[in-house]
Parts: sequence; structure tokens; C-alpha cells
Amino acid sequence: MEGYAAKQRRTTILIHVILIVMSFIMIVPFAWMILTALKTNQEAISVSPFYILPHNGWHWENFGTVWKSYNFLILYKNTLLMIFWRVVCAVLTATMAGYAFGRLKFPGKNFLFSLVLVQMMIPAQIFIIPQYLMVSKMGMLNTQFGLVFPGLVTAFGTYLLKTGFEGLPKDLEEAAMIDGCNIGQRFLMIMMPLTKSSMVSLGIFTAVFAFKDLMWPMIVCTNASTTTLSAGLAKMQGQYGSDYPAMMAAATLAVLPMIVIYVIFQKQFVEGIATSGGKL
Amino acid sequence: MKQKMTVAEKREARWAYLFVFPTMLGLIVLNFYPFFNTIYQSFCKTGDFGKGNKLVGLLNYKMVLTRAETWQSLWNTVKYAIIEVPFGIVIALLLAVLLNKKIAGRSIYRTIFFLPMVCAPAAVAMVWKWLYNTQFGLLNNVFHTRIEWISNPKIAWISIGIIGVWSIIGYNMVLFIGGLQEIPGDYYEAASIDGATGVRAFFNITLPLLSPTTFFIVQTRIIGALTIFDLMFMVMDKTNVALPKVQSIVYLFYQYAFTNGDKGYGATLVMVLVAFIMIITFILQKAEKHIVYHN
Repeated sequence: MEGYAAKQRRTTILIHVILIVMSFIMIVPFAWMILTALKTNQEAISVSPFYILPHNGWHWENFGTVWKSYNFLILYKNTLLMIFWRVVCAVLTATMAGYAFGRLKFPGKNFLFSLVLVQMMIPAQIFIIPQYLMVSKMGMLNTQFGLVFPGLVTAFGTYLLKTGFEGLPKDLEEAAMIDGCNIGQRFLMIMMPLTKSSMVSLGIFTAVFAFKDLMWPMIVCTNASTTTLSAGLAKMQGQYGSDYPAMMAAATLAVLPMIVIYVIFQKQFVEGIATSGGKL
Repeated sequence: MKQKMTVAEKREARWAYLFVFPTMLGLIVLNFYPFFNTIYQSFCKTGDFGKGNKLVGLLNYKMVLTRAETWQSLWNTVKYAIIEVPFGIVIALLLAVLLNKKIAGRSIYRTIFFLPMVCAPAAVAMVWKWLYNTQFGLLNNVFHTRIEWISNPKIAWISIGIIGVWSIIGYNMVLFIGGLQEIPGDYYEAASIDGATGVRAFFNITLPLLSPTTFFIVQTRIIGALTIFDLMFMVMDKTNVALPKVQSIVYLFYQYAFTNGDKGYGATLVMVLVAFIMIITFILQKAEKHIVYHN
């Protein structure tokens, strides 16, 4: 009869086999992206013989060429600024509103909060045309403001922060009240620092989804010099789609910064996206 | 008879209004006005250069609902969801269960599976388009096939669905791991005394206790899949013969509203999408009682 330990070992090996195969499937597209980016176009489209690795030297200069010809510096700057402003606006407004909904009493609170919940249930596509028309009427097409516009406030973030504030113990605030702090001071000095983790979660969530968004920047920023990485890639593909190493170099440049940040802060990333996403 | 508010209560209410003001103003301008405006526009014909909207009653609806293209794209969207939602969830659940055990390297595995979540779908779609390339793509050359992954109308929707599954399993997996960690360990101990371990414990304990998480993921993923746009837009060229059999309803909306500039028709397409999502949400809410296990 087989021993328990041996059986256990077999199970562990089987688990690792499954996980390694899945990891391989997840990695291959990334690996192929980078390997193609390092080839010449001729090599990339040669099928017999079909080379997995670049065999005429590794053409790192492809990245430099793509960087210059598609003006990646501007795309990075636009994307970074859009993310920055969206995160600042979302976290600021949501923390304030979340505090009021979570901790304060005021007439009309339930009605106003139900508006927040209703917004969360409506598919966002229904807002896009009028939002675009507003930006257009303000003369803000192809501006940083246009990119940030739909993200100035967030119903979902308000909900997330409200839950965060509700979870805090009541006596903390009461002690501060006795010390003579007004509500604004209580919010700034005591309550806000305690919801830091919710604020970080919302910030990461907002940043990642702003980074990934494709349709809105394509609509409001049609110039290559005002748009974001995502929409910039769409433009490049439309114009130079058959220069495969260039396309893959561009894709690499577009995903790499976020991947690096993710790998460094992965605990916060996974938690931020999962705790936010888990409450959506 | 309403009690008069005390000075302190009044002060508290004033602070509260100050705090909710930016958010409420934003929601009204950015969401509630647009909501009603889109409904209004769906009854309008967009004039030249987007100016001079003219009320035309149900004309847009008549056109949208009688065109085969609308129903085809709605069907395409559903087909995409039929691949992405179940496969994305079952594979993610399997991985979550495996990673919930104490095994070596689990944080490395988790990092890898979650990777697509932080990548722009535009870039992901470009890479897959290249993998799928009929002549030069990695897939056909490694397997020595000649499959037209994205230009054969019969299989292109599956190929797009595969990208969707690949992109989402890490996210679903992390949500599942969160749900698994909330199941108390003593349930499993009690079950193992009764001889239920491994697969039997999974079906008798894990699945029922995890059902609130599962239901939540199913619901959000269905809505996410029904509003898919990026993958179709980036993978399918305008000249691709398979496009009519792949384009989603949001893709059609984008084409009409922003490429052709017909906002009224685009607004009507959105209304169809919203109605469809409302129906699905309603059905899911009704089904929740029967699917989700409550102790």
C-alpha cells in the first residue's frame, strides 16, 4: 500500500505541473512581444526557417527608433498626468463624500446616497456621448482637462470610502469632539489618516483603470501629441500595422512602466484592485 | 411634527453638505444629466456637424431594431460572454484553489497570473493579433497549422474570447482567493472526520460556501463582457471579413457615434445595450436566491 507521504508528494507535483503550464501560457505572449521587438522586420516575417529567438543580433535599437518616431515621451507625459489628476480628484472628492455619508448626520443623506448607488448600476456607456459633447462645447478637445473630465468624481469611490469610514470605531471621534475639534479638524487629523488603506486602494484602482482606458482618450484626444499610450497604440497600429517589430516594441514600451510598478508594489496592487473590485 | 435641529446638528449638516457637494455636483453634471441627455438624443436625428438635433420620435429605434447588424452584434457580444465568463471563472477557480494551499512559489505564480490585469488591453490585443497572424504568427508556425484565427468568421469570435479569458483569469483568481480565505478551516476538519477530503470536500464545502463570491464574479463579469470593446477594436481591422461576425454592440456604438458622427443613432444603440443589461441583471437578481448558498 502506498504511503500517505508519497501520495501527498504526487499531489504537490501535479499542482506544480498545472501551475507551471498555466504560467507558461500567461508568459508566452509577453515573451513573444519582446522577442519580436528585438528582430528586424525581415526576420519577424520569415517562416522557413522559423526563428523563435532573434538570430541576426538583438536589435535593442528598435526601442530607440520607436521611442523617437512615435514620440513616446509625450505619450508617457500625457498618460502620467491624466493618471495623476484622476487619482487626486477621485481620492479627494470620494474621501470627503465618503466621510459625510459614513460618519455624519444630515437631512437628505439617504436620498443623496441612493443617487450614488444608482450611478454605480448604470452602464458607463450611456454617459459618453453627452460627456463628449460637453468637452467639445467647452473647447477642451485635445486637452489634459478633456482626458480627466469623466473622472473628476467617482460614485464607486464614494461608496468604497463610506464603507471604510463606517468601519472605524466611534469613540475615537467622540474623544476628539470633547477636545474641542470641529468636524473639519476631526476629518483631517483623525479620521482621514485611519482610512489610508481605502484611499490607497481607490488610488491604485483609479490609476490602473485610467491607464487601461481606450475609448475615451480616442474620442477626446485625436491628436497624437495630446493622447495617451493606449489610444496612441491604436493610432500607430492603424498607420504602421505591418512593421511587426516596431509594433511589438511600442506595445512593450506601453506596458512596461505599469508592470515594473506592479512588480514592486504587487501586494498593494493586488489588494487594492481586489478589495476595490470585490466591492464594485 | 419634525423636531427642530439643534445648533450642533445644524453645524454637522453644514459640514456634511460641504463634503458631499463636489461629488454630488460632479455626479449631476457628469452622470445624471448625460443619462437623460442620451435618452433624449436617442429620439433625435443628429444634424450635420453634430448641430441642429431634430426630434424624430422612434425613427432611430425603428432603424436600430430592424437592422440585422444590430442583432448580429448583440449576438456576437453574447457569444463573447459565453466564452469569457465561464472559462474565465472555472480556470480562475481552479488556480485559486491550488494557490490557496501552502505550496512553494505561490506568490510568484500569483504575480504571473495577475500580470494581464495591469496591462493596457490595447497592447495586449496587439500582441495577440501578432500571435494569431495566419502567415507569420507564432501559433501557426509552432503548431504547423494554417488557421485563420482572426479572419475566418467561424472561429474569429473564439479567438477573441480566448484573449478575453487570458486577460481576466488573474483578476477572477484573486477575488476567489479572497473568498476562499473567508471559509473557516474547521469546516474542512469536520468534513475530513466524516471522510470527505479532496474533491469531495471541494464540492460539498468549498463550492457552496464560496457561492456568494462566485455569484458576484459571475454578475460583474457578465456585465463587463457585454460591454467589451477594446479587443474587437484593436484586433479586427476594418477590412477584416470576419468583422461583422465579431463586432460587439459597444463597437457598433463607437462606429456610429464617433466614426460616423451620428450621435442620435449611437445613443439609441446604447439604449438597447442598457435595456439588455437591465434584463440580464433582473434575471440574475431573481436567480440569486436559488444559486447562492446561505447558511
